[in-house]
Amino acid sequence: MSNDTKKIILDPLVDNNPIGLQVLGVCSALAVTTNLGTALVMTLALTSVTAFSNLSISLIRNHVPSAIRIIVQMTIIASLVIVVDQVLKAYVYDLSKQLSVFVGLIITNCIVMGRAEAFAMKNPPGVSFFDGIGNGLGYGLVLMLVGTFRELLGSGKLFGIEILTTVSDGGWYVPNGLMLLPPSAFFIIGLLIWALRAWRPVQVETADFKIKEVNGTETV
Amino acid sequence: MPNDNQSKPSAWNFLALPNDSTAKTFIMATLVCLVCAVFVSVSAVALKPLQVLNKELDKKKNILQVAGLYQDGDDIEAAFSKIDIKLIELATGEYTTEYDAATYDERTAAKDPELNVLIEKSDDLAGIRMRPKYMPVYQVKDDGVVKQLILPVNGYGLWSTLYGFIALETDGQTIIGLSYYEHGETPGLGGEVDNPKWKKIWTGKKVYADNGDVAIEVIKGMVIPGSEGEQHHVDGLAGATLTSRGVSNMLEYWMGVEGYKHYLTKIQANGV
Repeated sequence: MSNDTKKIILDPLVDNNPIGLQVLGVCSALAVTTNLGTALVMTLALTSVTAFSNLSISLIRNHVPSAIRIIVQMTIIASLVIVVDQVLKAYVYDLSKQLSVFVGLIITNCIVMGRAEAFAMKNPPGVSFFDGIGNGLGYGLVLMLVGTFRELLGSGKLFGIEILTTVSDGGWYVPNGLMLLPPSAFFIIGLLIWALRAWRPVQVETADFKIKEVNGTETV
Repeated sequence: MPNDNQSKPSAWNFLALPNDSTAKTFIMATLVCLVCAVFVSVSAVALKPLQVLNKELDKKKNILQVAGLYQDGDDIEAAFSKIDIKLIELATGEYTTEYDAATYDERTAAKDPELNVLIEKSDDLAGIRMRPKYMPVYQVKDDGVVKQLILPVNGYGLWSTLYGFIALETDGQTIIGLSYYEHGETPGLGGEVDNPKWKKIWTGKKVYADNGDVAIEVIKGMVIPGSEGEQHHVDGLAGATLTSRGVSNMLEYWMGVEGYKHYLTKIQANGV
């Protein structure tokens, strides 16, 4: 694998993470991270959709009339999502039931649309495909991290395997119910972004405006 | 290269048009739609048989779960071989062989004008507007003797129609379990109908009062032990009054004369 490809795939994992840096696709990250199983399936689903939508959009990029480019991208993305949903229903029925509407909602996931518009429309098919994979994995990395915290602290399990025996099963661990509710994902993602930016200060955004300092005697 | 294209006319000529010309816009839109439509339909049709199989397995699994015969990882088909499916006509409570019970789907039948009955508004406690004429009854057998009756029920909660099964002992009166396999109630509130602790409360409750009326009810708050009607009352779900009421209403409907009552009365009198 050439260095370029490697960079395109690895870059979105930490340096340009779609959730961490761009803060895209947070909505579904709240919904599907109560356990690692659904988080993993969602990662795979989103990665394949982003990769193949990037590939197909990049293939026709020179012939897409700019007036209808968004709707063309949406049509391609929507078709891919429907197919992914059908595949999940056929092969992992239980998980697809848990994911319910969230697979369908990949259509509206800003990451897919964002990569199509920002990358695939300007780059050749090969790199676009890998860019899709990289961004899907970057999203997945955050999903898996959040999922690990939520499943472990919320139900004492990882991938459904008991790690901390809960009180109701005769153990010692009192599960934290908040971890199974959406707000906890907000907290965890927030803390992750904080940690990421403390580690890589380059990612800290410049403030849009500065609050004016006011002296006690001054009237504003 | 426009000259080249003119000399060799081909279907791909439109690619040379300027991207923003009206003709190309239309052609591209049509082509993209066409390709996507073919792609989606082919995969939908190709995967359909597997999906149908999954749905059937899922339903069987739910029936086994409410019967308490399923542990994770069990072979569903093998466990299901203990179960006999029979069709009954709700209006008379008699068994019928008019349709093949194994392939009969009560949810499709409920929408089929030939197989359904419209429910009078005043009778429609469950909020489902129509019901099938025939319903399947799943009889769980042990050594050839029927041990449980599993009956499908459905009704409206707060946001959605809940679909589930109620398992009764062969006295047609004592509840073994109630379990929903499909609903869209609020997770954490109405969605607690899936909570194993709440489902456990149902075991041993009685459906009918001494005078034959449907007495089973989800009440507000907790059932006080020793209180009157304790055997007919089930704790309400906290924060889910409307879902709780929906569950009560759907049981009142399905256990009543519009539902399984004729059948259950016969069972009580004559055995299965």
